[in-house]
Amino acid sequence: MNIQAMAQDIPVEGEHTMEGVDFITSGDQYLTFLLAQEQYAVDILCVEEIRSWEQPTKIPNAPSYIKGVINMRGIIVPIVDLRLKFSIGEASYLDTTVVIVLTYHNEGNSRTIGFVVDAVSDVLNVDNADIKPAPAFGGCVGPQYIEGLINSENKVVTILNVAHLQKVEQHRLHS
Amino acid sequence: MSIDLSQFIPSFLEESFEGLELMESELLNLKEGDNETIDSIFRAAHSIKGGAGTFGFVKVTEFTHLVETLLDEMRDGRREINSKDTEILLESVDCMRLLIEAARDDEEYDQDKVAQTTSRLAETLGDEPSSDSDNQSENMVAASNVCGYTINFIPEHSLAKTGNDPLFIFSALAELGQLTLSADCNDLPALVDIDPQELYLSWQLTLYTDADEAEIREIFEWVEDECLLEVVPIPDTSNTSQDIDVLASEEEPQSQSTTTKQESLVNTPKSSTETELAQDGKVEDENIPAKAKAKADVGSIRVGVDKIDNLINLVGELVITQSMLSELGNDFDMDKVDRLTSGLEQLLQNTKELQESVMRIRMLPISFAFNRFPRLVHDLAIKTGKKMELVIKGEQTELDKTVMEQIGDPLVHLVRNAADHGIESCEVRLAKGKPEKGTISLDAYHQGGNIVIEIKDDGAGIDREIVLAKAVEKGLIDVNAILTESQVYDLLFEPGFSTAAEVTDISGRGVGMDVVKRNIQSLGGRIQVESTLGKGSCFKVHLPLTLAILDGQLVKVGSETYIIPLIAIVESLQIDNKLINRVSGDMVLYRLRDDNVPILPIYQLFNLATKCTEIDKALLVVVEADGQKIGLMVDDLLAQQQVVIKSLKDNYQQVAGISGATILGDGSVAMILDIPGIIHMALAQAQHAQREKTDGNASVTAEVCL
Repeated sequence: MNIQAMAQDIPVEGEHTMEGVDFITSGDQYLTFLLAQEQYAVDILCVEEIRSWEQPTKIPNAPSYIKGVINMRGIIVPIVDLRLKFSIGEASYLDTTVVIVLTYHNEGNSRTIGFVVDAVSDVLNVDNADIKPAPAFGGCVGPQYIEGLINSENKVVTILNVAHLQKVEQHRLHS
Repeated sequence: MSIDLSQFIPSFLEESFEGLELMESELLNLKEGDNETIDSIFRAAHSIKGGAGTFGFVKVTEFTHLVETLLDEMRDGRREINSKDTEILLESVDCMRLLIEAARDDEEYDQDKVAQTTSRLAETLGDEPSSDSDNQSENMVAASNVCGYTINFIPEHSLAKTGNDPLFIFSALAELGQLTLSADCNDLPALVDIDPQELYLSWQLTLYTDADEAEIREIFEWVEDECLLEVVPIPDTSNTSQDIDVLASEEEPQSQSTTTKQESLVNTPKSSTETELAQDGKVEDENIPAKAKAKADVGSIRVGVDKIDNLINLVGELVITQSMLSELGNDFDMDKVDRLTSGLEQLLQNTKELQESVMRIRMLPISFAFNRFPRLVHDLAIKTGKKMELVIKGEQTELDKTVMEQIGDPLVHLVRNAADHGIESCEVRLAKGKPEKGTISLDAYHQGGNIVIEIKDDGAGIDREIVLAKAVEKGLIDVNAILTESQVYDLLFEPGFSTAAEVTDISGRGVGMDVVKRNIQSLGGRIQVESTLGKGSCFKVHLPLTLAILDGQLVKVGSETYIIPLIAIVESLQIDNKLINRVSGDMVLYRLRDDNVPILPIYQLFNLATKCTEIDKALLVVVEADGQKIGLMVDDLLAQQQVVIKSLKDNYQQVAGISGATILGDGSVAMILDIPGIIHMALAQAQHAQREKTDGNASVTAEVCL
C-alpha cells in the first residue's frame, strides 16, 4: 500500500474550491456607499461596523458637520456627517441613513470615527491597477481625501483616503 | 532554533530597575557586619550584570562588574564597610540606572558622571587596604599591566552536541577587544569518517583587551567542562596601554608564524566544515533582533496573583449568573418573576464586585512613590550638614497608578523643602531643646474617597510674620490686609514666593511651590498647610483615589445633560431675583452672601437652544476653580452619581470647556464640564467682546457661534 499516494488524495485544508463565491480574489476590497446620487468607497479592512443613525450627544461649539459623539460599546466615537463635510446633497436623517464606523491604525495609534452616509450599497473587488487618479477639476471633495477613481459597470466610484478622513480638522472655538 | 532575545528586554529592564531600587534601599540600611544585606545587594548587582551581558548592554556589564568586585570584597570581609564606600556604591547605583536607561532608549548618557564614578570605583578598589593576597584582586591589579591574552581553546569533539557554538564565544570575545584567531585542523579526519555533528577543530586566540582574565573565563563559562582552556596573559611591553593597534601589528607576524592559518573574526573561518558555514549565517540572523531595541515604553503593572485569581472567580460567577438568566428567559412566565428579580440582583452584585476588583488592579501601594525618599533624605542630610531621619508610615495605602506617577515630583519638592527650610541645624536644634536629629515623616492614609499624604517635619515651622512681610514686599497683598491663617499659608504657593533667607541649591528659589500646587490641582486634589512656629510644619496633600471615576452632579441644559464634578461645586441654589445685579455695562453678578459671583449661562457658552433663557427661572450652580467663583446657569439639576471618565482625545480631540465624556445608565454619552477651562473660556469671551465694542465693530454675527 502506498501511503504517500493516499496522502496526496486527501485535500489539504484551505484548498477547497468554492464555486460561485467570488470574495476570495486578488486585489483589495472596498465598501461602496451613497452620498446623494454619487458612489463612494472606502477600504473594507478599515470598516469597524455599520450602524443605523441615532441622535448623538452634541459637542459644544463643534463645526456643523461634526454631529456629536456616540457610545459604541464603551468607546466614545465622534460622528461626522460626510454630506455636510463635502457639501453633497441634503443632510436628512431617515430610516435608511446609516453610520459607517471606520478604524484607522497608524503607528500603534488607532482612531475610530463614524461617518454618516445616505446608504451602503456594495462590496467591490478592485485590482490596484484599475484605480485611476482623479482629474484635478474642482469638485466639493478636497483632493487630499481622494485616493482614486474606479469604474464599476457604467458608474464611477470615488475611493476615499481613510487616513485623511480620520484627521478631523482641528476646529477652534468661536469666541 | 533562534530565539528573539529582544522580546525579553522589557522584562529585563523592569527587573533591573527593581534591582537598583533594592540595592539603593539596602545600601541605606547597610551596617557593619550585616552580611545578609550585602548578599542581597550583591545578588541584585549580579543579576543585572548577567542580564545586561545576555542582551549585549556592554557598558552596563562592564560598570556593574566593578561594582560587583567592590561588593564581593565587602562580602568576603576583605573590606570594611564604611560610609565612604557606601557613598560610592550609591553613586554607582545612579550610574547603573543612567546606563540602563541609556541602553533602553538607545541614547547617549552622561559620560562624565559615569567616567568619574568609574575612576572613583577603580581608585577604591586600587587602594585596597587588606593585605591578604587574593587571586581576584591580584588579577585586578595585574590587569593594568597586561595588554592581552593568548587563549588556547581545545574543545571536546562532542561540544557542538550540547548546543554550544564556538562562534558565539568568539563574537563575545571580539566585543572585549581586538581578537585574532587561528584554527587548528590537524584533528580533522578524512571526509568519509567525518561525523557532521562532531567538532574536530581547536583554536588559538589572541585577544588584545583591557578586560581581566575573569571576564574572559566568564565567556567560556558554559563550555568550561567540555574543553581544555588556557588563558595566558601577554605582558604589556609598550609604554602606553592605549597603543593597542601598534601592539597588535607588532604581535601579528609573530603569532602568524606559529599557526597555520589566521583570519580575523570579521571574516569568520570559512575553511572549516560545512556545519560551520551554516552557523555563520545564523549568527548574523541572531544579531539583528538583538539590536532592534524596544524603544516604545509600554507601561506595565505587576499584579499580584491573588488579585487575578479573585478576578477569575468573579468572572466565573458572572458567567453562571448569565447562564441562569438566559435559561430563565428561554421559557418565561409570570411565575418566575421572583427568580428573575433575584437573578438580576445577583448580576448587580457581580458587576459591582467585578468593577471594584478591576479598579483594584490599577491600584499600587504608595510605597512605590515613597521608595525614593530614604535616599533623597540621606543625600539632603549630607548636603545640608544637618542630621535628620525619615519616618515612613502607611506605605501599603493603595493609590491609582496614574496618580502615583504624577504625585512623585510634587512630593519630592515638599520633602526637600522640609529638609532645607524646615529642619534646623544641629546647634539650633540643641539650643531649642529639641533632639539633635530632625525628623521628617511621610504618612499616607485613606479619608473618605480620598487619599491623604502628609509630609511633616519637626523643624522651625512657618513664620507668618515673615510670610506676610514678604508678600507685602512682593506686592502680592496690601499692607493693611487682614488674612486668616490659611490665607497666609496660601501665599506660599504664589509664583515667585520664597521665604528662605538664603537661596541654596536645594531649594529656596521660590520656583516650585506654585508648580506643586498646580500639579496637585491638575490631579483633582488640594494641598493644606498646618504649622506651629518652632514646632514644625505639616503639608497635607488630598488626592482622589483614582482618576478614572469621578463624583458628578448631572445637570440639564436644553436637551443636553452635562456633568459637573462634585469637588468643584460650592453650592447650588435657586436664583433670587433681588440678588441679581447688573454692573459696569452688561455684567451680571449674583450676590452670594459677601461675594459677587458672575453668572455664566451655559446655553450661551455652548450655543445651545433652550427654553430656559430667563435668569430668574433657572438654577445656579456656584463652582470654584483657581480661587475664582462663578455661577453656572443651568435648566435643571438631576441626580448625583459616580461616572467613569472617558477621554474625548482618543478618537477626537480636546474640546474647550469639556474635560471628558462618560456613559450614562441609558447608554447615552454625557459631557463632563471642565470648570477651570470654562472660567478661562468665559474670560476670553468677555475680553473678545470688549475688544469688539472698543473697535466699534457692531457686527453681532461675529459673536454668534456656528
